Parts: sequence; C-alpha cells; structure tokens
Amino acid sequence: MTDTRYLAPQTLDEAVSAFAAAQGAARILAGGTDLLVQMRAGIARPGLIVDIKKIGEMNRITENADGSFTIGAAVSAAALADHPRFGKVWPGVLEAVNLIGSKQVQGRASPGGNLCNGSPAGDSVPAMVAAGAVVTVQGPNGRRQMPVEAFPAGPGKTNLAPGEILVSFTLPARPAGSGDAYLRMIPRTEMDIAVVGCGVSLTMKDGVCTAARVGLGAVAPTVMLVEDAAKALIGSRLEPAAIEAAAAACRAACRPINDKRGTIAYRTKVAGVLLKRTVAIAAERASRS
Amino acid sequence: MNDMSNKWIGKSTIRPDGAEKVTGRAAYAADTNMPGMIWGKVLRSPHPHARIISINTAKAEAHPGVKAVVTHKDVVDFPLDKSVMLGIQDMRWMCRNIMAREKALFHGHPIAAIAAISEKVAAEALQLIEVEYEVLPWVIDAEDAIKPDAPILHDFIKFDGKPSNIAGKLEHKLGDVDKGFAEAEVVVERSFRTAPVHQGYIETHACLVSVADGKATIWSSSQGQFMVRAMCSYLTGLPQSDIRAIPAEIGGGFGGKTIVYLEPVALLLAKKSGRPVKMVMTREEVMRATGPTSGSFSTVKIGAKKDGTIVAAQGTFYLQAGALPGSPIRGAAGCAFAPYNIPNVHSLGFDVVSNRSKVAAYRAPGAPIGAYGVECVLDEVAEKLGMDPLALRLKNAAEEGTKAAHGPVYPRIGYKETIEAAMAHPHYSAPLGPNQGRGVASGFWFNAGGESSAQVNITEDGNVVVTTGHPDIGGSRASIANITAELLGIDYKRVSVLIGDTATIGYSNLTGGSRVLFASAMVVTQSSEKVITQLKERAAKIWKIDPEAVIWDNGEARPAGANAGQFPPLSLKEIAAKATETGGPIGAGVQLNTTGAEGGFATHICDVEVDPELGTVKVLRYTSFQDVGRAVHPAYVEGQMQGGAAQGIGWALNEEYIYNAKGQVDNPAFLDYRMPVCSDLPMLDAVMLEIPNPKHPQGVRGVGEVPLVPPLAAISNAMYRATHKRFYALPMSPPRVLEKLEQAAE
Repeated sequence: MTDTRYLAPQTLDEAVSAFAAAQGAARILAGGTDLLVQMRAGIARPGLIVDIKKIGEMNRITENADGSFTIGAAVSAAALADHPRFGKVWPGVLEAVNLIGSKQVQGRASPGGNLCNGSPAGDSVPAMVAAGAVVTVQGPNGRRQMPVEAFPAGPGKTNLAPGEILVSFTLPARPAGSGDAYLRMIPRTEMDIAVVGCGVSLTMKDGVCTAARVGLGAVAPTVMLVEDAAKALIGSRLEPAAIEAAAAACRAACRPINDKRGTIAYRTKVAGVLLKRTVAIAAERASRS
Repeated sequence: MNDMSNKWIGKSTIRPDGAEKVTGRAAYAADTNMPGMIWGKVLRSPHPHARIISINTAKAEAHPGVKAVVTHKDVVDFPLDKSVMLGIQDMRWMCRNIMAREKALFHGHPIAAIAAISEKVAAEALQLIEVEYEVLPWVIDAEDAIKPDAPILHDFIKFDGKPSNIAGKLEHKLGDVDKGFAEAEVVVERSFRTAPVHQGYIETHACLVSVADGKATIWSSSQGQFMVRAMCSYLTGLPQSDIRAIPAEIGGGFGGKTIVYLEPVALLLAKKSGRPVKMVMTREEVMRATGPTSGSFSTVKIGAKKDGTIVAAQGTFYLQAGALPGSPIRGAAGCAFAPYNIPNVHSLGFDVVSNRSKVAAYRAPGAPIGAYGVECVLDEVAEKLGMDPLALRLKNAAEEGTKAAHGPVYPRIGYKETIEAAMAHPHYSAPLGPNQGRGVASGFWFNAGGESSAQVNITEDGNVVVTTGHPDIGGSRASIANITAELLGIDYKRVSVLIGDTATIGYSNLTGGSRVLFASAMVVTQSSEKVITQLKERAAKIWKIDPEAVIWDNGEARPAGANAGQFPPLSLKEIAAKATETGGPIGAGVQLNTTGAEGGFATHICDVEVDPELGTVKVLRYTSFQDVGRAVHPAYVEGQMQGGAAQGIGWALNEEYIYNAKGQVDNPAFLDYRMPVCSDLPMLDAVMLEIPNPKHPQGVRGVGEVPLVPPLAAISNAMYRATHKRFYALPMSPPRVLEKLEQAAE
C-alpha cells in the first residue's frame, strides 16, 4: 500500500496544477464525508489528497448584484443553512442540502461534494437541477461552465475532464412569484438514502405558471432534468390535469433498477406522487414570494 | 420487605454506569489494549456453500509482520455423532461455526484467521491464504430449503429417514385438536412469513486475549463471562481453570452476545504467537457472519364458539436456523398459545438449515414469530365474531390454574390485568383520523432462573460492595443496589455493585432469558440476610447480650426484648469499625440454582397512519401494558418495555436481510438494514402492572423480553384497520404496502 500525500493549497491554480499533475491518482477533499469513508473502507486509495477548503473562492457564498447566488464547491451544508439570505430565496435547494447525511455530517459535507460523488440519489442534486444551477469547473485548460444536469455521467461518474475541479454553483436570479421545493421518499424519517428524490422550481404570474424546472433523482443512472414535466406545467394554472400530466412525464422519464432500496414499479409510482406533492409546496411558496 | 413503603425498591435511582457511558469513559471490549498487542483478522468464505478441499497458509505465514495463522485444524473437533451441549449451544455446531471445517456453509463463514503487527498487515496477509473450494449449490430461504430438490447442507441430518435440511422438530399437544375444530363455529386459518432480523447492538463483537504461561485472560463484550470461559475451554482444549474471562461494559446484546465468535480464535492466535491479540468486528462482519434471529413461515388455525370461547388452536412454525441447527422453535411453538386457556392445542416447530449465518438468540427467541401468527388470526376471529379483539382475549385469557400447552400449570399471573388495563386506558378509545388504524396484540415469554452467585461485603468504613456474575445489559446493577440498600436499611449511594470476572465470583449463568434480576436478587437477598445476621451477632458481642435479642432496623442494630432501650443503637459504620475485634471481616456469599421464574405477559396497543400513495407507515401512538412482577427500578423497566416496542416496530416495518443473486447479504450496514431511528418513533408509553411473582422474595418477574413479543401483530392488526387489507408477511416496507394497497379489494 502506497502512502497518501496531503496538500492544502491557498489558490485554485495551485490546486488545479497539483491535481492535474497527479494524473488520476489524486482526490479532492472538501468535507471528506464520502472520501474518508471510502478510504477507511479500502475503496479509495488516493496517492494525493488536495484539500480545497483553504481556497477563498471555494468557501464563499456570494449574492451577486443581479440577484444570482454563487456557492463555492467547498461550502458546507451547515454554512449554507446559516446564510441569512440563501434559504429565503432558494428554500427548496436548502431543504435538499439539509437532508445530506445527518446534522453532524452537514457540518462538513458540501453540496459540491454531493454532486462530485456522482450518486444518482444525492439529495441536493435534483434541487440544483430544478433551480437551473450552472456549475463552474476549472482545469489545466482553464475555466468552463455547464448546466448542473450535464455534470453527472453515471453512478459514481462525472463529466469532469481529467485534471478538472468543481469550483462553484451559480443559481440564477429569481423573478417575483417564484418558489422551489424538494421532497424525497425514504423508508425511515431521516438518516437514509433517497429511493426517489424530486426537486421543482416554479415561477407563477397571475395564476399562470410561466417557468418550471423538474429534477428527479434515484430513478435513473444520473439525476435528470425532466423537461416534459416542466412543459406540462408551463402555461397551466397548475390545475389537476396539468399536474397529472407532469406526474405522468416523471413516471415516463424513470429508468430505475430493482435493488435493495426499491423496485422499478415502486420507484416509478413514487416519482409521480412526489412530483405532485413537490409542485404543491413550490406553488405555495411562489404565491408568497 | 416488599411493599409500597419501601425506600429504595421501586425508586428510579441514578444508574451507576450512566455518567461513565454518556461521557465516553466506560470501557468496552475494544477499549482494552496491552503492551505488545497484535491484531487478529478473519478470512471469510466468498461462497455461500462450498467444500473446502485445501487451505494453504504458507505464504501468509511467511509474510512480514504475521505472527500466527489458525484454521479449523487448531480448533477442537467435536465429532458429528455426539451432541455436547453448553446451554442452548451444541459444541458440534459451535466448533464449525467459529471456523469452517468440512465445508463453508455461508458467505462470510470464517475459514482462517491471522494475527499480525497491525490490522493493515493482517488484512494484507489474509489475501495470501490459498483456499481451494469445490463450489456447491446453495439455498438461502427456509421455504426453498425444504423443497425435495434443495441442496442438502449436512449429510448427517436425516428427517423421516432421508437426508434433509429439517434438523429438528418440537411438538406441544394438549387435548384433541380435531375434536376441538369439529366443535368450532368459526375457524380462521392463515399463513405468515417473517424476515430474519438482527439484534442491532451498536457495539460490534470485540475481544482482547492474552496467553501467558499457558493461562489465558480474555477481555470481551458478551452476555456471560462464564459462557465465554466454557466455550473457549471446549473449543481450544484449555481447562476452565486456566482461563479467566473478564466482562467489559457491553454496548448492547439483546441475546446476540450469548454466543462466541472471536474469543476462541483470538485465544488460539495469542497462544500461537505469544502476544496479546485483539479482534474487533466491522459492522459488515456482524451483518454477514453473526446470528440474527430466524426468518420464518408458519400457519396458524384457530377455532371458536360463537360466544368467543376458543376451542382449538393449531400452529406450525418453520424457523430458519442458518447454516447449523438450533433455531428457537421452542420459543415459537411454546409461547404462541401460552397466553390463552385453550382446551385443544397442537403446536409444531421445525428447525430448518440453509446457507446463511447461524441464528443467535434475540430477545424472547422465537416468541415474536409464534405470537405474530396467533395474534393476527385472533384479530380475524374477533372480527368474524363481531367481538372487540381485547374482549376476545380477555374471555380466553390464561390465569392461575390454567394448563398451558407447553407444560406448566400457571401460578398467579397477570395476563388478564394487562388486557383490562388496555381496555380501560384512554388510548384504546382515542379518536382516529383517515388512513389511521389501531391494533392490539398480546404476548408471553417463559422467563428463566438458573445459576447465580453473589458476594455481599461490608467495607471497613461501613459501606457495601456487592459482586455478582452477570454482565449488566438492562439495569441489574442499579436494581441490585436498590434491593441491597432496602434490605440493609442504608442509603443507595453506599452500595457499589460490581460484576466479577470468572476468577473473582462463583459461576453465574449468562445474562439471558430475562433471568438476571430474578436470580441475582435471590442470591443477593440471601447474602444480605446472612450479613444482617452477622451484624446482629457483632452487636450482641459488643453489648454482651444474646444475638437473638438484637434486631436490625433501618440500618442499625438495636437491642430488643428484655434488653430493649438498654444500649444506644449501633450503625453499620460503628459495627464495621469494630469488625476485627468482634470476629473479622463481615460478608457473605450465596450460590444457587434458582427456580420459580414465572412467565411474563404483555398487551400492546398501536396506532398507525398509512400514506396510501407512498406505502409508508407512521406509528402514531404506542402503549405497552405488562405484568412486570415488581418494578425494582421503574425507569429501567419502562426502558425495557420501550426498547422492545422499538425493536418490534423495526421488525414489523422495515428490517430484513436482503440477499443478492450470489447468495450474499446485500445490505450489511445500517444504511440499508433499516432499524428505526429516533424520529421514526412516537413516545412509547409503558404501563407497568405489578402482580408480584409469588415465588420470588421481591416478587420479580423477568421484564426484558416480553416487550418484543406483541408488536409484530399489534402493528399488523393496526395496518388492517388503517387500510382494510390484511398483511401476512413482514416487513411491511413501503414497496410491499403500496403493492398490497393496489391489489383489488379482497
């Protein structure tokens, strides 16, 4: 067994060059709530650990002048919960982030790590997808951006190019009349992993849905944006037929597996149920914003 | 000595182990370390069923840092043709369970073990052991294991003269069931299935063993240091007098630590290497290779008259034993009908082996399985009769003088009181909302007596040290301190209760069967009475009067009779200060094989709410009513009742072993083996009914196991009221509930 080196660079450039130079033998450490567990279990044996928590940009939550939010990749769930404004603008994203692990885990765990872990069941991801978050990544060839739903590539896999590091999420400005929500199905009430997760973001104007995004988790190899569900909602007054059509679109989008956490039939049904319940919460929030 | 004027018995005194535990200072087995200590690790079978052709350990032994390697060749062999029992365990199976001999019988079965200078080196060296297997067809579920074409695990097991996976049968008969059913006006017969569930103790198995000059010292987490000593003696060949087993503080057992896995292996590694060897299981090892309780399938048939009189009952219970015989069929078949006065009973249990880890005891072993079927069928009988389900139970409840199918004629028991208390409780008539339902069920557990030893010593400064021989897993230290303080008439804080090791206290049977307070209170009471006799003698000596003329009252010796008032009383402190000149140390020990542990009964009420779209179940309210004999320490008794209900809720709703297509446990961790967490449970209310056991000095009945007997059926019956669907299989997990709800109306 080889030894593991540990680096905690102060700048992103240093982090990227050390990470890229290790040629796949390195792992990024933010909260470590996935990485350290994998190392203890013998699943991960990195030659180099690059701790990104000392990099300013990675640790910042910024409410930009245009109303958008930028969240550094190492920002912990607890720090996001403590932010005076974020949870007011994006209550659904925050409630999803607050479902990662347990209260204790959230002191370290970050939404950035949740995304990079590549799990189709990561709780924050469907909410980020619904929010229309864009991620910034940086690698040896510079910076680029992509929609969050384009980031995961399959269970445990991402579309980061070799040497690239997740830098931040940017969530767009919220028009008046907007609301978001996240619900997941778990057999217990906490300390569990999503059997299905559903994030919804809506904008309502004069009783009509003018914008909608739906993210679904744990029902396919990656978290998905369900565009057909959004289409069913946009232009409607969220009447039962529109919501039923959106639920049907969610069920149709499901490509789940039978495993120890749920059956194909169960996950598919539940995706539709959660869509309806999540829309109801998001719409209620939109009416108050 | 035992009434409501008691000062300490019946008080929830501060538990002596509490501060240590909540501040992290309590020493569990894995906290023990020694100079020169090395680490043991186990190589486990990758196959659920395979013949072991050869094991080559040469490369591993040559690996730098490896100090010892053991295989089945180092373990004492118990030939298959002769049973050697230690408690409920047969050493033929134990020697094969701790280290696979002829065959690997389940995925995770120990094949060899290595001790090395670090856990890392030991883990590396395990990979160097070469094992040649002949992989065999395997079978996981008991229902498959009894099919005619099932792979046979053990050639030596025969049933009806043919090789079989049915390893044993147990039958209880009372009256004539055929005649009884012929007389019945309502008959309900149903079949049930339960999944195997693990005890879920938070502390994984751990031990440290040192062997010096041929004498072994074992520090381990178990439910019985004397069980550990005897098992290790049998399995390693060391005489019991050369083994000292020291019990660590225990992080949960629930029956699962009435058996050994690591101790004899660590002993053999320590003996070979000459170094102290520590072994600590991972959670994954616990889930793959230690004993859950049985899964089961069963059929229960009950017949009643129109007035609700039950005239016949029949139950057949098939229980998974795991890879080696020994499932708790006695608990299932014996406890199933025990709460009822039924003239005609036939109860039948079958012990079925299959390629999964050997079962171990779990809180009232087998009884929840028996009660599940019976109490669900009773609910249907009550419905058919148009009777309240508790009224049906009350009408047929066993009482003093009832002859039970499993043998005894009951003395004074408190089953009826539990039903009456449940019927009168506000919970039973509280309103329910949509998708909500209320269920009830009852349960019985045998309870146990057996061997216990105690020593009660008065210290030179006039305080008290009590030593007993059983690990405290449910409040025995606090309860014994209450009893001792009461008997001696002194403050509770002046009594220290310790758990002796095998070298410092006489033989005591393990902590199990809800026996510990029953038995240890008896030996502590008799020891304390002897001490009081000595104290009176010492006072008489000081006063130069006849010992018969001294009484012990409220912690003091007083002259009585003709001498009354002649001398000022002598306190325990004053007598202790003069112990040397009045005859030497003051103290007494008693060792007994106790009898008279009468059965315990409980009735539970449970309210659930079902989410009809997701199939999730929320337990809204839960109240347990139990005949607890005498609640020596009420907070601990309530804790036992709440703990049993919580475990029952997990068993009923979400816990199960999931096997993959390769015959491996697919959920060997708490993330996917879903025990309830705090937020899954409502406040679990406990109503204690104190109907003293007439055969015990304090009226104690075992209280620890009955609480897990009624919940499975109580929750199932509540589910029926909430959904109008009968559930006949556990767990009632969300996918299964939703599937059932979507079936066409029955």
